[in-house]
Order: sequence, then structure tokens, then C-alpha cells
Amino acid sequence: MTDYVNIALPKGRLGEKAYALFERIGFACPDILEENRRLIFENEANRVRYFWAKPADVAIYVERGAADIGVVGKDILLEQEPDVYELLDLGIGKCRMAVAGPRGADRRTDRTLRVATKFPNIARNYYASQSREIEIIKLNGSIEIAPLVELSDVIVDIVETGKTLKENGLEPLADVVPISARLIANKAGYRFKHRRIESMLEQMRALVAEN
Amino acid sequence: MELPMLHKDEEAILSLRALYERYGYRKYKMSKFEEYDFYARNKSFLQSGSILTFSDLSGRLMALKPDVTLSIVKNAVGSGTEKLYYNENVYRAVGQEFREIMQVGLECIGPLDRYASAEVAWLAEESLRTIGGAYILDLSHVGMCAGLLEETGLPEEERQDLADRISEKNTAGLRERCDRLQVSADLTDRLTSLAELYGPFEEVWPAARALSVNDTTDGALEELSELYEILRLLGGGDHVNLDFSLRGDMSYYSGVIFQGFIEGLPRAVLTGGQYDNLLHRMGREDGAIGFAVSMGLLERLGSGDASYDVDTLVRYDAGTAPSVLAETVRRLAAEGRSLRVIRTEEEPVTARETITLTGGGRA
Repeated sequence: MTDYVNIALPKGRLGEKAYALFERIGFACPDILEENRRLIFENEANRVRYFWAKPADVAIYVERGAADIGVVGKDILLEQEPDVYELLDLGIGKCRMAVAGPRGADRRTDRTLRVATKFPNIARNYYASQSREIEIIKLNGSIEIAPLVELSDVIVDIVETGKTLKENGLEPLADVVPISARLIANKAGYRFKHRRIESMLEQMRALVAEN
Repeated sequence: MELPMLHKDEEAILSLRALYERYGYRKYKMSKFEEYDFYARNKSFLQSGSILTFSDLSGRLMALKPDVTLSIVKNAVGSGTEKLYYNENVYRAVGQEFREIMQVGLECIGPLDRYASAEVAWLAEESLRTIGGAYILDLSHVGMCAGLLEETGLPEEERQDLADRISEKNTAGLRERCDRLQVSADLTDRLTSLAELYGPFEEVWPAARALSVNDTTDGALEELSELYEILRLLGGGDHVNLDFSLRGDMSYYSGVIFQGFIEGLPRAVLTGGQYDNLLHRMGREDGAIGFAVSMGLLERLGSGDASYDVDTLVRYDAGTAPSVLAETVRRLAAEGRSLRVIRTEEEPVTARETITLTGGGRA
């Protein structure tokens, strides 16, 4: 286990894009793209092991050392604040965290603002910086419904194109923070596998600069 | 004496105590609680703000110790240098709940000199070696980060934000903020290099030298280089790396910072450094340096052969003569084997070897 670099990738489109980056810097693992239910893939020749994890869990695998490095969205890092190194902005999976709602919904400053979100920590920090009294309503998905059924005044969520918002009569009201995928590392793994991780990082940095 | 049944953490406690005693550190045994007021007054020196409290019989608000160092410093009133070690449980909030955490650590309090600091660094390295396996001791100095941040001329809050990015080795975030705060390009490059710098002490030393900008950073590097030199003379330094991103709370630590890692464990097992500010707070002029090893983490390290519960399983039935059974047990135990005695109808445990006694003799 120890001489392999263990890499946690988020299941889904972002993970596939991230794998493509690793492939281009010489850490291919051909059977990873085969359609099957396997979750762990090794390449003996270049001593790497990939595994697919639920995107919100990648940081946990890395923080606890089950993976040495991982690819995770900045939204997850801001929300979970894991104790890991954030080594590189991979420049993929770009989107933004934004406040959205019906037009003018955030202008009623005379009462507590009800905020529905999957990211309570981010929302709390954002409104704390404005000293605004809010009430957080933690939801697990389909956040856009909340203002439509009067569950909340606004939502704090990831906005890619704004299409879903528009179709539901909502609009972006304020940007909270730009989001993209980050390369993170476990603090102990970074030390014991420093040369290998550093050389990966070096190549990855050059590749990202090209793109 | 070999004690093969000991867990890694239990074994480590005994060998660390032996190590500290060998260098003349005295054991310091303390009570489980202090008055809450004591921690409330020194809150800025505690790692976690949550304290487990209760009322004692006379109604005073007491706290289960969240930290050992504070109590040691308060009570180490002797003149001259005090060299103490401890093996205590502390109570801290981890995530959403309180945890009991066992710590073994040592403190050197008094008019510190270069040797005294280096001796503590040496004992930190020896502690890691004693626990076993591959290890790394990282060294840093608060003066490096603080000195570079001084040059930015930014207010405290922004400096703290930059320091946070350095401790994450988050160079993208660091550059973005430097850009926004109009930090000069040269200083931005230095801060970024400071965050990235990592490797064996001697190998990365020239790169560290090149980052120095003022008296604060010069002083920090000089202290580190002297400490490393003595560490070498004491026989250490083989697995010592430089890392200025080490998260040293800048109000707590005032000089050298250490962090120790053992292969196979996801977090630092050893943390420490020089903390003169706490002594000044308590009205003493001297310095103090120390470290603590978090024993709970060591449970995770493999110990012995986990595939068997015992060496020998002795099974007997109703017909077995007690004298035969006792004789067998005595013989096996004298050979130093671990054993478990059960009746034949009971569920067996896993063992290297099984002996079944039926009737008057061995089957």
C-alpha cells in the first residue's frame, strides 16, 4: 500500500476530466474508463491507484489518509474546511456559488432572511461578513423549489449557466465565491511521498498553465 | 523485558517515559481538574475553546483539563531550568463531541539557551524513532512567516488570512489575495516560495536563506541553523525537514515549531515548539519549549500478529482431572506463551496451537 500514490477522484463528469489530466501527465490507468462497477483501479507500472468516491466524500478520504491526494470542488473545501493541503487550482469544473431568488428577494432588510442551501457553512460565513440576520434551511437537493413554495426567501447554490434558475423564474442576486476543482493532499502523505507528489504537481501545474 | 502482548500505544508510553527519564526529565503528575476561571483567563492559549465543566462540592466551577502545558507552567515556579514530562488525559471537543485524549509530552521551562532548545528537538526526534517505523520531524520558526508578513505592511486580519493560505500550501489563493491587496511582486513570490518550500533540512536550506528579508527572518534562520547544528552533534537530524507552512498559532508559539509524523498515520502525532508568550503572560521573564505526543493515534499502528487471539488454546471436558489441567496450564505459562482455557463445548478462539485434554490425559 505504501509505495503507491492513492488518488481519490469524484465520481462523475468532473472526475473524468480530472483523470484526463492525470493521464496526460503520464499516470494512465487504461481499465479505469471501462464500463463496469469496479471502484478501485491500479497501475503497477507507475505505482498509482485511483478510486472513485462520492464528490462530497473526497476530502474526507484525503484528510483521513485513505487517499494521498484527491480532486475536489472548492465548494466542498469551503463547506467542510478539511485539514488538508490545497496544492493547485486545476481550472476545471468552473462555476460560481451565488445567491439566487425572485427579483429583489434579498432587498427586504427589515426581517430575518430565510436562506435555503446545501452549503450551510458557506451561507453562514457569507452573511456573517455582512452582519445580516439569517435563518439557514439545510436542503439536500432541488434547492430551486424552496423560494417557489415560500420555504425560503433566497437560495445559496452553485450556478453554472443560470438556465435552471431562469426556467424557474429565479435569478442570480449576488456572487458569493467562484468555484473550481482543486488538487488536495493529505498532510502526512504529502511528506512521506513528497518527491512523487511534487513531481506530479510540477507537471500538472505546467499542464494547467497551458490550458 | 519483552512484553509482546502490549499494544503499540501502551508500549510507546513506557519507552517514551524511559527516554525522558534518561535525560533527567522529572515526571509531573497532576490533578484531573483545575478551576474553570484559570482557563477562562488564558483562553487564547488553548487549542479548542470548548471546556468540559462541572461544579465541585463547594459550588466552584471546575474544568476537566483541556491542556497540560498551562497547568505545568503555572506550577513550575522554581528558579533555574525545570525539565518535566507528563503522561495525562486531556478533554477536548473534537468535531461535535468531547473526547478524552491521552498525551505524553515534555516541557523545558527556564532561561532557555541554544542547547536546551536543541535538546528538546532531539528528544522530539528520538520520541518518533522510539515509537517505530519511518518518521519525519518537521521544523519551522514563526519568525519566517511573521517577518515576511511584516514587510507587507498589512493590518493584522489580512496577515492572518495570508498565513492561513500559507498553512494550506494554497499558492493559488495566496497569489490571488496578494494581488488584491497590492503586495509587491517580489514579496508575493517570496511568500509563495515559503508556502511551497519543503524537504530535508540541508537540501532546502539555501532556498530558505534566499527568502530572508529582514532582521526577523534572519534571526529565525539563525536560530534554526544553530539548533540543527546541535541536533546533528547529538546524533539526530537524519529525518528532519524544513517546512515553514507549519501551522503555528502566532499568539502561542514564539520561536521554533516542531511537527512529527509517522508513516501510516494520517496526522501529526507530535506537535510542539517554543512558547515564551505564555510565560510572559504568567509574569515570568523566561522561555519555555516543549512538545506533546498524541497517543490515541498510535492505536492505528499495527502491533504483533493480529491473526490469533492467543498462542495456545487449552480445551478440557468434564472428565479432565483438575490436577492435569492445572499442570498443563502452569507448564505453558512458564514457557511464556499466552493461553486461554475453555471447556470443549465452548466456542473456540483462534490460536496458533490447540491442546485438548479429555478424561485423565491429553487427547
